[in-house]
Amino acid sequence: MIWMTILLAGLVTFYLRYSFIGHSQRIQTPEWFRHALRFVPAAVLSALVCKALVYYGGTLQMTPSNERLLAAMVAAGVAWRTKNVLWTTVTGMLALWVLQALGL
Amino acid sequence: MALPREHTQSVASQSISDVWPSLLGVVPFGLITGAAGVSAGLSVLQTMASSLVLFAGAAQLAAYQLMGSGSPVLVVVLTVAVVNLRYLMYSASLAPYLAGWKLAWKVTGAYIMVDQLYALSLHRFREERFSSPLSRWVYYITGSALTWVVWQVAVWIGAGLGAKVPPSWSLDFAIPLSFMAMVFASIRDRPTAAAALVGGISAMFAATLPYNLGLIVASLAGIAAGMWLERKRLS
Repeated sequence: MIWMTILLAGLVTFYLRYSFIGHSQRIQTPEWFRHALRFVPAAVLSALVCKALVYYGGTLQMTPSNERLLAAMVAAGVAWRTKNVLWTTVTGMLALWVLQALGL
Repeated sequence: MALPREHTQSVASQSISDVWPSLLGVVPFGLITGAAGVSAGLSVLQTMASSLVLFAGAAQLAAYQLMGSGSPVLVVVLTVAVVNLRYLMYSASLAPYLAGWKLAWKVTGAYIMVDQLYALSLHRFREERFSSPLSRWVYYITGSALTWVVWQVAVWIGAGLGAKVPPSWSLDFAIPLSFMAMVFASIRDRPTAAAALVGGISAMFAATLPYNLGLIVASLAGIAAGMWLERKRLS
């Protein structure tokens, strides 16, 4: 079952990437669709990040004592300033470890 | 279509010098992704096969988690599709620049599409030295192939080390962190900021919906918010 899932997920992923590159001459997309595509990265990536901040280890952790939320705020400051993946990740991890060590 | 060899080489080295800083982020992300596959209950072989077939970090992580918990095939495939929807946009915006590419170039170029090379290529393809289809292909494929190799090796090592990393290190937290910079990079104006804000907040409140549906609902809410604000500004 896992092998079939991998194969199907791979085909879908390939087709999403190939779609317009492969058929650019034949596809006519409605205008609202092209408008919607512009917001996909911001909406999807932000949803991925925010979900992972409050839902981990199989439970919802939407409390003020969630260290990940605090560490994420520190990392968000770095991400906003630098747009740099490496520095954001390093800062956020260090912030989390410090907060965990302090037991806040 | 033949280009002077020196030109091809200079295009390739340009690609390498543009892409290498982002590889510093690809390595830890790949290590974590590989480890996540094994700790979700998949074998090293299954983890690597997914990585070779999908070549998409966020989708791999989502798929590992769902496959490990025994989710139905359709749920995994739909989740991967939603997480990878951004590639549809990349494909749409790259297509005009790749019109002269051969079929084999388009097929490999699609398979190997990554965030970094998408952004770098759009930036470079407006320059005169990247005006021929071949120079665009060499630029795109050099950086992408380098990213591909580094990614696959990192996932493989991560899967091998796998469950040896103690959970108290919270290394899984590095995954949302590594996407955070990409969120801020995707915010260009108020409507895209609204899309990120609404998408993120709804995802928190929809986090407990089954089958990762919260992610789908939240993404659609974010996209709708962005479109609504843009329309309001234009009218």
